[in-house]
Amino acid sequence: MKERLITIDHVTFYYAGTEKPALNNVNLKVYRGDSLLITGPSGCGKSTLCRLLNGLIPHFFSGRLEGEVNVLGYDIRKTPTHVLARHVGMVFQNPENQLFLSSVEKEIVFGLENLGLPREEIKKRLEEVIELLDLGNIRDKPPYELSGGQQQKVAIAAVVAMGPEVMVLDEPTAHLDPLSSKEVLDLVFKLNHELKVTVILVEHKLDMTASQVSRMLIMNEGKVILEGNPRDVLNGYHLERLGVNVPKVVEVYNELKKRGIILNGVPLTPEELVERIKTEKLRLTYEVGNRS
Amino acid sequence: MRLAIEVEDLHFYYVKGEYVLRGINFEIKEGESVVIMGSNGAGKTTLIKHFNGLLKPIKGHVRVFGKDTRNHTVAELSRLVGIVFQNPDHQLFAETVEKEIRFALENFNFPSNEIDKRVDKILRYFGLERYKSASPFNLSEGEKKRLAIASVLVYEPDIVVLDEPTIGQDAIQRKRIINVLKELIKSGKTVVAVTHDVEFAVELFERAIVLSRGLLVADGSVKEVLTNQKVLEVANLLPSQVTKCAWLLEDFGIPRDIVSIEELKEHIYKVLRG
Repeated sequence: MKERLITIDHVTFYYAGTEKPALNNVNLKVYRGDSLLITGPSGCGKSTLCRLLNGLIPHFFSGRLEGEVNVLGYDIRKTPTHVLARHVGMVFQNPENQLFLSSVEKEIVFGLENLGLPREEIKKRLEEVIELLDLGNIRDKPPYELSGGQQQKVAIAAVVAMGPEVMVLDEPTAHLDPLSSKEVLDLVFKLNHELKVTVILVEHKLDMTASQVSRMLIMNEGKVILEGNPRDVLNGYHLERLGVNVPKVVEVYNELKKRGIILNGVPLTPEELVERIKTEKLRLTYEVGNRS
Repeated sequence: MRLAIEVEDLHFYYVKGEYVLRGINFEIKEGESVVIMGSNGAGKTTLIKHFNGLLKPIKGHVRVFGKDTRNHTVAELSRLVGIVFQNPDHQLFAETVEKEIRFALENFNFPSNEIDKRVDKILRYFGLERYKSASPFNLSEGEKKRLAIASVLVYEPDIVVLDEPTIGQDAIQRKRIINVLKELIKSGKTVVAVTHDVEFAVELFERAIVLSRGLLVADGSVKEVLTNQKVLEVANLLPSQVTKCAWLLEDFGIPRDIVSIEELKEHIYKVLRG
């Protein structure tokens, strides 16, 4: 049986001074080792949902919170954010807002010192994370001299070093070029696969993420409107109208289907589409061979 | 046809000797639509800041409709070249959305009845009329971006330059921006956009210029440039999913320079049913 880490139970939240709920009766369960992708149009409630998970709501952003949020056994209402921060690491859109020290090493060590860890343990974790994220060649550099992609990796490293069980990443590639985006996302999935960190990822770039996650959630106007396996979620609905950037290969799959070519399952990447086309071609050749 | 922008042997640095642009040459004709691409730090934003004279060449020349930017003020050049910067927070400053949009019109001495007319029209066009009296800083990121674009388009500069117009936009807002720019290109304006968004480039633009470490490394049709593996690598870009499919299906005789879903679909259909 999978261990449940997060329970969001009938949660509605109004930011102070607003009359429309940012979250409207949301229910969500997250299990250990999950990788969950959340997407939806701007203003759908994605970031608000993230802010619940480390207690930024209700402790930093005030407003009216209804329902229950339980994270690793803690009721977020009764738990100070510094306690939750040990278990839930956050990474945001703009790494510049998160990095402020004079070297990559210092950035990583800062959070560890705040946890009050012994010196030897800090040293050990620093080396581990530098090795894991391949930051050896930039460890002495000041973050402001790094490219956006490297900065985001450092922000992730600083969070990973603290050993969180859950990582929440809110559009971590929004400011990155495509190759850097892919590198950062590959790293996130590596943490999920190898260290079994539970990952909650908010992203618009579905072409780089949908094939890598175990579950996907689409939100609109404060509600979860679709949830499930990414293949099922992305197929068959008119998601563009909801502001979802459906991967182009799904569109190709559907166009072919309209013309009578049914491939073996919805592809999420070019590799998957091509593999299905090759299978179909083989099947056809086999059929023709059998007939003659 | 007139030349809208001429860039000749353009060199620029912020810190003496550390060149960010190292001898760039190209021309953009009036009515052309061009994307400027390249990795973070390639010099793209530095380049477009030369188009309205915010930056002046250290060596070489930039001319806008024949005017050397060194001999003209930013105010004069801005009338010809409207630039929408990447981060709307750096561009927006007025107390209300309406004032933000009126600002350039008033600066350029448009008659007041013309100002009222244009402001109403553009607010409606961008779906911002209900925010007329709101502070720009209370808008969502997507709305801010559209306001920043609106406040430039409203005075109808001949050349419109946009830095990363699709960043952080969901599919609906993206479509809106694409439609606005499509109209603009159709109406004969010169449109230049800095972007990493390969699918956006393919959907709208004719020509792509690629920068890498302050040098121009590719200049050609969008189709030709953005299906060239070497160029994409240099620019930290990835092929679009459609182009990637074409590459992977090369053995079936599908050409490598495919950018549209329609083309790809036809080729796959032929492979499977032809």
